[in-house]
Amino acid sequence: MDAQSVKIGSADIAVTARADFQKNHQKDLPGDFALWIFIFAEMLVFGVLFVAYAFTRANNVALFNESQLTLSRTSGAINTLVLITSSYFVVRGVDAIKRGLSSQCAHWLTGALLLGGVFISIKIVEFHAKFAAGITMSSNAFYMFYLSLTFFHLMHVLMGMVILASIIVKARRGGYSAQNHTGVETGASFWHMVDFLWIILFPLIYIIR
Amino acid sequence: MKYKSQAVAKLYFIAAIGLFLGQILFGLIMGLQYVVGDFLFPAIPFNVARMVHTNLLIVWLLFGFMGASYYLIPEESETELFSPKLAVITFWVFLAAGALTILGYLLVPYASLAKWTGNDLLNTMGREFLEQPLPTKVGIVAVALSWLFNITMTMLKGRKTAISLVLSLGMLGLAGFFLFSFYDPVNLVKDKYYWWWVVHLWVEGVWELILGAMLAFVLIKVTGVDREVVEKWLYVIITMTLVTGIIGTGHHYYWIGAPAYWQWWGSIFSALEPIPFFMMTVFAFNMVNKRRREHPNKAAVLWALGTSVMAFLGAGLWGFLHTLAPINYYAHGTQLTAAHGHLAFFGAYALVVLTMISYAMPILRGRAANPERAQIMEMWSFWLMTVSMFFITLFLTGAGIVQIWLQRISSTPMSFMAVQDQLSIFYWAREGAGVVFLIGLLLYISSFFVKGESHAFE
Repeated sequence: MDAQSVKIGSADIAVTARADFQKNHQKDLPGDFALWIFIFAEMLVFGVLFVAYAFTRANNVALFNESQLTLSRTSGAINTLVLITSSYFVVRGVDAIKRGLSSQCAHWLTGALLLGGVFISIKIVEFHAKFAAGITMSSNAFYMFYLSLTFFHLMHVLMGMVILASIIVKARRGGYSAQNHTGVETGASFWHMVDFLWIILFPLIYIIR
Repeated sequence: MKYKSQAVAKLYFIAAIGLFLGQILFGLIMGLQYVVGDFLFPAIPFNVARMVHTNLLIVWLLFGFMGASYYLIPEESETELFSPKLAVITFWVFLAAGALTILGYLLVPYASLAKWTGNDLLNTMGREFLEQPLPTKVGIVAVALSWLFNITMTMLKGRKTAISLVLSLGMLGLAGFFLFSFYDPVNLVKDKYYWWWVVHLWVEGVWELILGAMLAFVLIKVTGVDREVVEKWLYVIITMTLVTGIIGTGHHYYWIGAPAYWQWWGSIFSALEPIPFFMMTVFAFNMVNKRRREHPNKAAVLWALGTSVMAFLGAGLWGFLHTLAPINYYAHGTQLTAAHGHLAFFGAYALVVLTMISYAMPILRGRAANPERAQIMEMWSFWLMTVSMFFITLFLTGAGIVQIWLQRISSTPMSFMAVQDQLSIFYWAREGAGVVFLIGLLLYISSFFVKGESHAFE
């Protein structure tokens, strides 16, 4: 009566079905299919936040422009370069594991992880300056969006770093191979999403006037 | 059943159904008091009936969750429960504490109850849903800890699965967030702020983990779909639940004196709360369509699918209706909230407990599934309860819309009580639907007593 026994009874069917499932879903998408559902949901959350920002700005153009000038474009630009570079490292890491080079893969990903740390450090300095100037989420609508969006994004960088770190540990132990590296691709996809969101966020909040 | 110790679940399930019946009876009393104000007054005033109705709901759902986990965890962990004896003792302690509390509500004026139970030592009473006297609250913590201990110890000595992990995480959150019920600051803003950490973070946070785990368990059992597939869905669903639900707490912070940014945070994140519920619906139907076996317990499959649909409608859609701050500005605390509350609690939590009971109870009684006739009765009861609850929701939604209009939007706004008079037609209709619900519940209970040839184990 138990599912387990049925599964054993038709183990070959189960295996075929699983292979089919993976083939169908992974032909185009690198990494685990479930993560892509998650990525789309995340993009939806950020998308809604971006749209909300745009509408609020449309009603308060002067306020937004004035407050925007107080942001440090330099640190934003450096962080953009940092994240793009880290994404490049992640690409090299995936490429390495596809050729079966576990330790090279781990090296590249460690590089990306360190750049994640640089991003966070710069962000903390930036936030510190804002808080020191007495700016909070209640200061005005612009700062509310600026702090919310960048903080929310920062949390994703942190989560991405946790994911990268766990992949690095597994890669060092030889847990991935040229044939089996879905985990690396899954983590890489998430990291690219984090990078991609920043690439939208930076011009939207720091630059577009 | 596979493990002897799973039998303790039966006690919990029986108590849950008994208390459910009590909840519905008080719901009917209260529903009538909406239109016949002095019905049963002064024996059972409205505020007491309401307190009993909502507290019984919470307590029977907790009994259901506990029973479900005592059934589910041994099977997932592939080992006997750590201590069936502790589970039985916990059951009687919880039942006695629950019964005494309800009797206290009914027989003693609330202020005297507060005085006798040491509310002046630590002030925790007098707040909606957290009305329990101090000893009861302490008892709830003790029961939750004993439950958590028993389940964790069982998991530690056996197989660890995603389902048991998610379930125990949900239980940990349930116990943890309840601790905020002991914090009752004098500042009303702070009081409300943390009050939601129990109420919201329970039903729109950690309870959803329990719901997801229970639903996933039953779906694996009745469909025979690969565990890997089910677990992947479960992880994605609970991640979305937590991403949207935790910050979604902000939709209660719009008008209580919390900072204004909550209007944005609350609106945006809570507007996305329907997503995990929608995923749950897709998940349930997907699993049933891809089933590898025909389980003889057809009723359990119906309850499971019903849970996924009604949870989405009640918690997801009806929640979304009034979650955006500009809409909530008008809709806050009207009958629209009551409509959402009814369908959400029924669709998400009452139904998932009934799903679990429907699946597990026949097995606990020594058969794979109930006789056909009993199952048909059960399915009738499903439809009667679900359709009547849907109508209760529709009538309350109608009442809510009229209320918002007359009381808050119209150029000549009317007073609260004058508006209530205008709503009596909706309240009468709601009471009618409530009677149908009771009939459905009685039919459900009687389905347990139907004799006939039952399905033996394969």
